Amino acid sequence: MKFITIDKKDWTKGIDNSRKTYQLFGPVKDENGCKIIKLDTNVLPDMDYHESVLSAKSVLFPQTETILTTSLNESVEDHHIMKRAKNDYTPRAVLGIRPYDAKAIGLVKLNFDTKEYREPYWCDAYEATTFVGLGITRPGPFDFSTSVGCGPFCEEGLDILLADLDDKFLAKVLTPKGEAYAAACGFDTPADDKESQALFDILRKEAEKNIATSVDTGNLKEKNLLDLHEAPFWDDVAFACINCGTCTYVCPTCWCFDIQDEAKLKESARFRNWDTCMSPLFTRHATGHNPRGAKVQRVRQRFMHKLKYFLDKYDQGIMCVGCGRCVKSCPVNIDIRKVAHTMNTYEKKD
Amino acid sequence: MDTCIQKIRELAADLLERGEVEKVIGFAQGTIPMATSPISVGTKQGVDNLVFNSTCGLNLANFASRQKGKIAIIAKGCDCRNIVTHIVENQLQRDQVYIIGVPCNGMVNKFKIAALFEDEITGFAEDGDTLTVSSSSQTKTLKKQEYLRENCLLCTHKNPVLYDVLAGDLVKEQVLENAFPDVDKIEAMDVDGRWQYFKRLTQNCIRCYACRNACPICYCPTCFVDEAGPQWVGKGQNKTDVDTFHFLRAFHCAGRCTDCGACVEACPMGINVRDFTRKLNKDALELFGWEAGLDISKRPPLDAYSPQDPDDFIK
Repeated sequence: MKFITIDKKDWTKGIDNSRKTYQLFGPVKDENGCKIIKLDTNVLPDMDYHESVLSAKSVLFPQTETILTTSLNESVEDHHIMKRAKNDYTPRAVLGIRPYDAKAIGLVKLNFDTKEYREPYWCDAYEATTFVGLGITRPGPFDFSTSVGCGPFCEEGLDILLADLDDKFLAKVLTPKGEAYAAACGFDTPADDKESQALFDILRKEAEKNIATSVDTGNLKEKNLLDLHEAPFWDDVAFACINCGTCTYVCPTCWCFDIQDEAKLKESARFRNWDTCMSPLFTRHATGHNPRGAKVQRVRQRFMHKLKYFLDKYDQGIMCVGCGRCVKSCPVNIDIRKVAHTMNTYEKKD
Repeated sequence: MDTCIQKIRELAADLLERGEVEKVIGFAQGTIPMATSPISVGTKQGVDNLVFNSTCGLNLANFASRQKGKIAIIAKGCDCRNIVTHIVENQLQRDQVYIIGVPCNGMVNKFKIAALFEDEITGFAEDGDTLTVSSSSQTKTLKKQEYLRENCLLCTHKNPVLYDVLAGDLVKEQVLENAFPDVDKIEAMDVDGRWQYFKRLTQNCIRCYACRNACPICYCPTCFVDEAGPQWVGKGQNKTDVDTFHFLRAFHCAGRCTDCGACVEACPMGINVRDFTRKLNKDALELFGWEAGLDISKRPPLDAYSPQDPDDFIK
């Protein structure tokens, strides 16, 4: 771990240097807001953005990803045999990722990289990626990250954490991957460790003070799973829900996907697409039976998974990093903070 | 409009107390600025949770259908038109629903207001035609009329068209010289320009289907994009599939869309979803003299045979 300073006058040149060996991803604004996408060679990441509607999860987990391909042409060798698609896993760096999005990638990793199974597409992308985070000096009103083991200067999952000091960035280089990226940029002006850390601490405390909402999830671990599942409040929580996929798609920790095969002429491919537990199709069996056929069952599933099943299974906190995107984007204002509170304070009546 | 909430609560409490309805469906205050949430109130005590203001932009008609027992619904002009559509399309019986009509002065354009601020909005209040909106760095006083949603600016049915009781005085309906200036603009483009326009419109779509699910006339038990056997449309981010969803959904809305704006309100990506349906609304008006949801005794034009049909093939 070391600190370096990056004069903003050198920023563009450094980033351009890194393009020789890295594909770059970062925030870009358009008329509909900000998204984190692959940067064209003439585009710089927008380091002044406040928030993006979608998280950075698509850098490793695109909404649609080709995973297998084959030829249906019988004169071709290995026709009809699905083989892994030739996706690009050369080094990539995501610039300006928010600390909560980086933490979220660590939570998603628990699912995609287990002792029993390594999901190759996500893991290969993960290993190819360097995460260059930007501390949040002015948290928005939806941010409740400090309540869920994260925060505006949380370092979890990051290779470099940047702090914006107006005319320069102060960079805390956290991992060898981070060192390699800084070297590729040519950023090498050392900063005093002690002073820099003190400055990071001040910035973190200042930013954390500006987080206006909190949510207590401390009792969820002890709650009985079936009591919560059978609790009477779910009908009220679910009433307003229109069962769109907004909350799951904007969520940095939602990892569910659907597999689809498509063929065009003699070429066939297998894709995976983001899926959403809010859709009835998510659980519909081939028989037509649907174990989560009713809206209330699907809404309950989402919150139980995030706030209870995940917690019980991995014991690594809840599956939420407090970015507040679902709170902001939900068309009917179903607020996970309110639901978490309801679950956390629920006592079964005998 | 803000004064009518007292009346709404009184009417709702009375209906629940008398047992005339089992539930009252309306809006509750949201947890964040400029947000409201559909709510079902079943007790007299619960009516205090009801609110009505210029952020009640969703359409409640879909919340009224498929409810058990008789319900009451708080309905602004466009909600009423969609209740009419639901009755015409046999989704709802007239005697199942008690309509508390609310004459409407328009809903605010949340995207337009948010765009005025560099940072997130932290406070929103309205007093008559004055909006006070604040973020952590500044407070702005705005005239509501200047920040209405585009469909509200072009609305000619602010007053409920079908109701059992009114919660406020009827408002003056505007007479428009041109009800479709937005469509004219797109029609004036050449073919390539139009194609580019619609291509741009869908470029940020994430297929969350919030537009469809917020739409009061999108109530099919299985939408064509969700059909799995046969599967009509690819499910990924392939541009053709994304566009197919939007174009086909719009055609399903022909002669039925009331331009309530719920699709635009719901879209998390800020897509002006109405751009897909507006031309069809214009056609319905010009070819059939039809505006959806005004009269429960009339069949929609694509559902009826008429010798006056403007197309020759049908005669």
